[in-house]
Amino acid sequence: MSTAGIPLSVDAGVQPGPARKPLLSVRGVKTFYGNIIALKGVDLDVHEGEIVTLIGANGAGKSTLMMTIFGDPRAREGTITFAGRDITRMPTHQIAQLSIAQSPEGRRIFGRMSVFENLQMGASINKMAHFNEDLERVCTLFPRLKERLQQRGGTLSGGEQQMLAIARALMSRPKLLLLDEPSLGLAPLIVKQIFTIIKELNEKDGMTVFLVEQNAYHALRLAHRGYVMVTGNITMSGSGKELLENPQVRAAYLEGGHH
Amino acid sequence: MTAPSTTTTTAPATTSADTVVPVRFDFAAALKDSLKSAAIAFGLSIPILAFKTDQSGGDIFLTPRWGLVAIFVSIIFGVRLLQHAFMATKAYRLATPDPHQATEAVHAEPNAFQKVSRFGIPFFLGIAIGFPFLIYLIQGGMNESRYWVDLGILILTYVMLGWGLNIVVGLAGLLDLGYVAFYAVGAYSYALLSTTFGLSFWICLPVAGILAAFWGIILGFPVLRLRGDYLAIVTLAFGEIVRLVLINWVDLTNGGAGISSIPRATFFGLPFTAGEGGFADFFGIEYHGMQRMIFLYYLILALALLTNFVTMRLRKLPVGRAWEALREDEIACRSLGINTTNTKLTAFAIGAMFGGFAGSFFAVRQGFVSPESFNFLESAIILAIVVLGGMGSQIGVAIGAVVLVGGPEVLRNLGFLTAIFGAGFDPNEYRLLLFGAGMVAMMVWRPRGLISERQPSVFLKERKAISSAHVKEGHG
Repeated sequence: MSTAGIPLSVDAGVQPGPARKPLLSVRGVKTFYGNIIALKGVDLDVHEGEIVTLIGANGAGKSTLMMTIFGDPRAREGTITFAGRDITRMPTHQIAQLSIAQSPEGRRIFGRMSVFENLQMGASINKMAHFNEDLERVCTLFPRLKERLQQRGGTLSGGEQQMLAIARALMSRPKLLLLDEPSLGLAPLIVKQIFTIIKELNEKDGMTVFLVEQNAYHALRLAHRGYVMVTGNITMSGSGKELLENPQVRAAYLEGGHH
Repeated sequence: MTAPSTTTTTAPATTSADTVVPVRFDFAAALKDSLKSAAIAFGLSIPILAFKTDQSGGDIFLTPRWGLVAIFVSIIFGVRLLQHAFMATKAYRLATPDPHQATEAVHAEPNAFQKVSRFGIPFFLGIAIGFPFLIYLIQGGMNESRYWVDLGILILTYVMLGWGLNIVVGLAGLLDLGYVAFYAVGAYSYALLSTTFGLSFWICLPVAGILAAFWGIILGFPVLRLRGDYLAIVTLAFGEIVRLVLINWVDLTNGGAGISSIPRATFFGLPFTAGEGGFADFFGIEYHGMQRMIFLYYLILALALLTNFVTMRLRKLPVGRAWEALREDEIACRSLGINTTNTKLTAFAIGAMFGGFAGSFFAVRQGFVSPESFNFLESAIILAIVVLGGMGSQIGVAIGAVVLVGGPEVLRNLGFLTAIFGAGFDPNEYRLLLFGAGMVAMMVWRPRGLISERQPSVFLKERKAISSAHVKEGHG
């Protein structure tokens, strides 16, 4: 293992071996907010069955990348392909219909609607087919939600709202699950719980997960592979373990006590 | 205050539920107390209100006014009862953790309001259906009840408009200040189609709805990206454009003079006329002018109930759920694969369609349409009905329409106030002042509308048993 990390090379040192095509591939994506460049040419791959995490400081462009994958804001340059289809110019709802689901930053649950209705909304892509089955499944994953099905989403606690956001995303039986800072503003215990569930989803159901996190320690421990983003560029990539032990990553994201 | 007092100790969530004694609405006690108040009011009103002194020459006559006393006493009784209901509801709420927020499962008794609303809806529906008969019985004659049936028609028209706008504003969360434009499109559609081509009301009604829906989509396209204030401004402008076109396109619409002698509605082909072949003749009853009014009353009642029924059904369907989700969070909606463009357009179109139905009803009732009837004030009133009633709540909107449209009319009839404020007092002049004060008061005490609680579109019947392992502290 190289001590200096694996700067700027995308596929170096990555374990999932066979030359399969990645499920999601981002190539040279540049995104702008007006004249301000937010992503300066990002390359990134997510293979089927992987948990890939993207870590970085505030304002690095992590969430922008997440939103760009979903077509809002649109990438000005570069291409994004999902399952062999170019989705760079697709409208957001069509991208979602290709079975990419997202638990967006800030959860964005429907506050005045009940938990049940929120989950129904999550199932709207597949027209409520196998709704009961999926409901049963997310209720097993998140027993907390099961008791609160009738409750308004806005009255849930932060942790429960995060669970609801993930559960809602799962209702569409996605091939790829995008999670944007699921640990944001949550107590360590709940963060742990949510990360356990993500791991479970990946191991049991083979769910592919792309996880954007600031909580680098937890995210890297969970992920098969990780990318580090600094001001709109991917600066490092490698397996979760490699990045965890990388001195630069440690200095920048982990010192000051991991919890 | 004799309202049941409560020990409102905010019990921490960890203590067992039996330490909290929920206060229920004791109807019998409240009734008793209200009767007591009414009796006191009655006693007081005998020297104050019951007799009026009239001077004629040198003599003073006592004119009894028991009717006034009865009104006064019944108002006292009603207000007292309402006060009890409010207090009991409030006390109950304070004493019981909100079932929506409790950490532990709460056995939630329906509060007084929910109890009332369970019987309230069939009750109000019954009143609405029996209204012409009730008025006939109270007023004691067809001619005497004309005014009231007319008022009923007016209120129901606004109930329908409110329900139509509720789809756009209440459910989809798109602030529309130009709703009256669709009302106008519907009215002019019927007026023009019937006067030019001689089409009957029953053919024009769906056509007017379709045309209004079409205009709803036309409005929808340019405003797809707008929300909130910006959307409000554009829709306001749209309403004005439609009105100005109606004024200035004289060739088609006859300009400000309007279109008159619009054919009346028929009872499925039977006109409401005195002669042979008319409605009365066909059924072998005596002709009366009120028959048409009563028919119109039931027509608008049916249209309004149709609006309500369709809205309630749509709320349970994916499209209705998408509207509500759109109101909550547009970005989340899109990332769940909802086509927000179509969702918004359907909301505009369906809302507009009901506006169009109401418009063509308006034209057939008046027999005359002119652009004056479709000014901004109308849009504002319809929006006020929705906002005051509680956005998204069907029953709230109906109450809002009754209060906002019926209220000023009732104030017009408060003749007995001259007894209190002197003969020169004309309540009619203070109508709008009182009305405005009422609206301000409402916004202070119930800022989210009369019925602000949103009922979920799905009720889960069985409460599944949950093992205690999942409810323990520190489990998320």
